[in-house]
Amino acid sequence: MKFWRVPLDADEIHVSKGIVYILEDRCKGCGYCIEFCPQQVLEFSSQFNKKGYHLPSVKKPDDCLNCHYCEIICPEFAIYSVKVTCEPADNTEGLEIITTTRKN
Amino acid sequence: MKPAINTGEYFITGDVACAEGALAAGCRFFGGYPITPATEIAEHLSVRLPKVGGTFIQMEDEIAAMAAVLGASWGGVKSMTATSGPGFSLMMENIGLGICTETPCVVVNVQRVGPSTGLPTQGAQGDMMQARWGSHGHYEIIALAPFSPQELFYQTIHAFNLSETYRLPVLIMTDEMVGHMSEKVIIPDAKKIKTVSRCKPKGRKNRFKLYEPGPNLVAPMPAAGEGYNIHVTGLTHDTRGYPDMTVETHKQMMDRLIGKIRGNLNDIIQTESYRLDDAEIAIVSYGISARTSSAAVDEARKRGIKAGLLRLITVWPFPEDKIRELANRVKGFVTVEINLGQIHLEVQRCIGGKVPAFLVGDAGGAVIPPDRVLEVLKEAF
Amino acid sequence: MKPGHPPGHPLEDLLRTDRIPSIWCPGCGIGTAFSSCLTAIKESKIDPKKVVMVSGIGCSGRAAGYVKLDSFHTTHGRAIPFATGLKLARPDLTVIVFSGDGDLFAIGGNHFIHAARRNIDITVVCVNNFNYGMTGGQAAATTPSMAKTPTTPYGNPETPFNLPLMAYASGAVYVARWTILHSRDLTESINESLTKTGFSFIEVLSPCPVNYGRRNKEKPLDTLKIYKDRTIIKNKAHPTQVDLDYEKGIILGKFVDVDRPTFGESYAKICRQDKPE
Repeated sequence: MKFWRVPLDADEIHVSKGIVYILEDRCKGCGYCIEFCPQQVLEFSSQFNKKGYHLPSVKKPDDCLNCHYCEIICPEFAIYSVKVTCEPADNTEGLEIITTTRKN
Repeated sequence: MKPAINTGEYFITGDVACAEGALAAGCRFFGGYPITPATEIAEHLSVRLPKVGGTFIQMEDEIAAMAAVLGASWGGVKSMTATSGPGFSLMMENIGLGICTETPCVVVNVQRVGPSTGLPTQGAQGDMMQARWGSHGHYEIIALAPFSPQELFYQTIHAFNLSETYRLPVLIMTDEMVGHMSEKVIIPDAKKIKTVSRCKPKGRKNRFKLYEPGPNLVAPMPAAGEGYNIHVTGLTHDTRGYPDMTVETHKQMMDRLIGKIRGNLNDIIQTESYRLDDAEIAIVSYGISARTSSAAVDEARKRGIKAGLLRLITVWPFPEDKIRELANRVKGFVTVEINLGQIHLEVQRCIGGKVPAFLVGDAGGAVIPPDRVLEVLKEAF
Repeated sequence: MKPGHPPGHPLEDLLRTDRIPSIWCPGCGIGTAFSSCLTAIKESKIDPKKVVMVSGIGCSGRAAGYVKLDSFHTTHGRAIPFATGLKLARPDLTVIVFSGDGDLFAIGGNHFIHAARRNIDITVVCVNNFNYGMTGGQAAATTPSMAKTPTTPYGNPETPFNLPLMAYASGAVYVARWTILHSRDLTESINESLTKTGFSFIEVLSPCPVNYGRRNKEKPLDTLKIYKDRTIIKNKAHPTQVDLDYEKGIILGKFVDVDRPTFGESYAKICRQDKPE
């Protein structure tokens, strides 16, 4: 996270990190998660799901603060974030797209 | 708490007997709306229900009353409402919901003269076909037509038992005359009253299917709050209760809704025969008109006319077999009812032209005098 | 959390996942309001076995079919009286009515005012998308004046209800309004009302992009931007002051939070107890 000035207690503040999960088959491509992510973590991917909807994809995985807003605004229970407990060493794994159809 | 069953001998109206019958059957919720001549049922239950652990609520209209009754039933409480023609019309949509969702409850219609506001509030029997077909779509229904306050007491208990057994709204199609008539009513000892409660599911909750039929095609019924995560919908649904918009599922659902009644006719249908064994003319009647008819039978017999009465206690499902059997051995039928031919049509259908059928009907507002029946008996046969 | 072993969606246990995805159109806000409702149920810590959802007919009415609770999908407009019967028969249950504006306020309007007057202890969440979505976007009792719908082709000549005012005037003890964009506040309001005793009403403004938005030149994101730019949060605003006015700004917030005896409480006190003769 970038600050325009460094707070005096910056080293004491723990900024949470999140991983975004997308349940591909549930997404209807409304784009709300992309538009209203406060950190602009997401973008439209060029990928379609089985029903032909454009999915979101993670543009900036490092920037996810696990605020859950994508999860809250999503009308389809298709996206959610999970807190990363320790700083991931390599953030290329910051995104998981679950492509299997979930059937319980 | 006061006792729910007031054992003793009383001189009360049919409406009050009906209310006492409901309490004896275990009814603990009444949702209603005032309408003459059914109001006394609501009034009596507003006094009695809170004192026996039940709830009475006067809703904003009959639509709401019927909806509340269904809601209470899914809460696991035996529930009922009582109304008359105009209110019965308003209840029709939710009676359909009760049929589709298989919700036990009792609806009393103390019939008055229609159409519309009609002749308030004199009696009639003009809602019999509405009872059969009033809600949209095809379905089977159970409707009872008691002919005295004492029978209204017993048939109200029976209506609850049938509704709990077969999981559907059961209609009591009484009339203003019986509802407002005061007669001796004996309320027996609680031990002598047989009550039936809906079958509850057993087994593992996560494997439970809401509409998986048990014996008699009726599924066990949990109440809300028991952890079954039930989904109840008026949409066509599969055995899980989930909406499924396919022709196949609809047929399966309908087969069961219809089958559970048609497959148990012997258990459901009750009739009473009066001097019918050697009868040459069969009078078919129900409710207050059955009293007219039994008087006419006695009068006819005095004059050498061999008449007998088939009194329908269950009007729907219609006792087709009984009529067909009679058609093989009598010279003709006379239907007596305070409308211009409703059950008469059913009688005609069942005898299929084998013997003549006559109607002694009336536009409504008064009891048909036995003389009118006698005249037809004399002239037609 | 290891990739490849993702946790489920946090609301998975309250969803009938075998019925998802829902029938709702892309960009429809009902799902978001529904999601808020489920989060509120979770956060309320009420035993889910004792929570019941009742819906009427229409798009929002389908919510009952997706929630893994005891749920009832009733007839058009009759969710509230059904819920009334259920709650009175079973006071131990927490009953939520989740339905739409057409269902609750046109065909079911009479039931709403009477349940509020009686102070039946239920929570009513109304997804207001300003039209009858399921039948193709016809005008409702909430459609803004001059809005175009298939039954108001020249613009709506009628005036819409101010729903919070109606709830307040009828006697609701808790009244709030949010949009689906304000989902955290919405969740908090639903949570509060679930634990509050009495008739609670929450209006949720929500886009219907396919049926309402399309005819009124509003794309789903445009509607949400209106919710972002033209809303004012004003808790305790008087309900007479909160009619929906896009020019002056849409007022959101918790407007009413008062206490008075419920029907059940009064009934027990007045009718159940034996009084000396």
